[in-house]
Amino acid sequence: MFQIRVHGRGGQGVVTATEMLSVAAFEEGRHAQAFPSFGSERTGAPVVAFCRIDDKEIRLREPIMEPDALIIQDPTLLHQVNVFAGLKQDGYVLLNTSHSFETLGLGDMLSTHKSERFCTLPATELGLKHIGRPIPNVPLIAGFAALSDMFKLSSVIMAINEKFSGKVAEGNIAAATEAYELVKEQMEGRTHA
Amino acid sequence: MLKQIEGSKAVAEAIALCRPEVICAYPISPQTHIVEGLGEMVKSGTLTPCEFINVESEFAAMSVAIGASAAGARAYTATASQGLLFMVEAVYNAAGLGLPIVMTVANRAIGAPINIWNDHSDSLSQRDSGWMQLFAETNQEAVDLHIQAFRLAEELSMPIMVCMDGFILTHAFERVDIPSQEQVDAYLPPFEPRQVLDPAEPMSIGAMVGPEAFMEVKYLAHAKQMQAIELIPKLADEFKQIFGRDSGGLIRTYQIEDAETVVIAMGSILGTIKDVVDEMRAEGHKIGVLGIISFRPFPLEQVRAALIKSKRFIVLEKSLAVGMGGIVATNVRMAVTGSGLRGFTAIAGLGGRAIPKSSLHKLFRQAEQEELEPVTFVDLDWAAVNKQLEREKQTRRSGPIAENMLHDKGIVGVSAKFG
Repeated sequence: MFQIRVHGRGGQGVVTATEMLSVAAFEEGRHAQAFPSFGSERTGAPVVAFCRIDDKEIRLREPIMEPDALIIQDPTLLHQVNVFAGLKQDGYVLLNTSHSFETLGLGDMLSTHKSERFCTLPATELGLKHIGRPIPNVPLIAGFAALSDMFKLSSVIMAINEKFSGKVAEGNIAAATEAYELVKEQMEGRTHA
Repeated sequence: MLKQIEGSKAVAEAIALCRPEVICAYPISPQTHIVEGLGEMVKSGTLTPCEFINVESEFAAMSVAIGASAAGARAYTATASQGLLFMVEAVYNAAGLGLPIVMTVANRAIGAPINIWNDHSDSLSQRDSGWMQLFAETNQEAVDLHIQAFRLAEELSMPIMVCMDGFILTHAFERVDIPSQEQVDAYLPPFEPRQVLDPAEPMSIGAMVGPEAFMEVKYLAHAKQMQAIELIPKLADEFKQIFGRDSGGLIRTYQIEDAETVVIAMGSILGTIKDVVDEMRAEGHKIGVLGIISFRPFPLEQVRAALIKSKRFIVLEKSLAVGMGGIVATNVRMAVTGSGLRGFTAIAGLGGRAIPKSSLHKLFRQAEQEELEPVTFVDLDWAAVNKQLEREKQTRRSGPIAENMLHDKGIVGVSAKFG
């Protein structure tokens, strides 16, 4: 079982992100379970949502306490919430920022974890560019597909088309495609370095 | 058709396939997405003929459902928590009148303190109302139980609550096989009421009944639930023939054949329990699971038969009979009267407290060793409880308990502090 925890703030589409992650996994024939942390959601308040992916039925209903992957939609949470709690040693981290882990004071984590599984993505900028709104969730899902190879970009696009239609879907697909390519470039840059 | 879908949306689709003619809707979390989904289907014309009535309260929702059902319409509503409590007088009336209404209860705690999260206090508070109560383990089962519920309700002319864990199921996206209209039509015939208000043949429903006949009417409600004990497994078998899956029934066992210790529970926590049991089985523990699907009627014989070969049981329940202990556990103990089995009660998950595997591993091992108190409160913060008890001992005006607890636990934004 692969467990993803998404951190963000109310209004950033955190719950939608996990739902779309589960749809992308479902499109590839896998079992997936997405659920929010069920707070009284308020705009701007820290929000957590979860997604489990497996090849067999998922029965477990506990919150994800030891994630295989973290998607952090808002870097300001780093000072407020222990977003890294329970992260596995070989876990993936995708952080929405235009800065580097080192600049954000997270350089130490790169040495204690598998640094090739850590990646940043300016997802808010991609949301603004392609959708006209600072919603980072869809670019991050696509970026996560590139980082983890958990599912294909085409499955993310299917999830987008299930959730949105018309211009909004088009914008999200463009944002997802650019995000996917940006992360792939970063990963390849590292292998060649 | 397999879909990756929110539990509430899946239930809305299942209800629509059952061709309800009147839906009474009043919003309350975590049930709201279900009636919202149905409202959209009625408005867009995909669910027709159906009257979607926005009522002014839960009391009105059940009252309108009673009127609709008495007029011969297949009636549906959904609620939770305080909403269920607010409609209680009408809930009893629906059962007393023998009207086959189906209602989803998206299980949620009851205040005070106000709390929107999941436990089973709401529907269990109505255990003696005369309504049948079926509990879903997964969203697939929630879908399937609703389809079976209309059939069961209408065959017996008695109302049913289909209970699904609020948020944990209602708000979870998971894989659900949504049946076809043809399948549901083959299983669920049009509503043929036993009693109907018809201007062509005027009659009344709801007479006052004095001591000369009241007990007989009440006994008949009990007799119908006893009939349901026979009918529920039959309807589950027929369901399997048409839909191809096991869903519903009175109870469901897991790894129970040689089990010395049996864990008993209702609803979605059964999934986590099964994972823990698999892990413990791998280490050689003889432990199994008994899931109760039908809480009303309560299948005393079936529960007894499932437990009788074991040595001990532990009931893990998301409800509390304050001043006594467990609600489900009391029913289970009734089933095993005189058997000599050791029984333990564990109260867990009240007000949405997460029930992690780690806590269950510890609890089940203690149950195996028979080291538990008769009633255990899983993951209770004893330091916080004792601090408040001490405060009450020291200070007459010890203040509001909920506010003190939030303060002691360092929850931000609470200013009240006493003692």
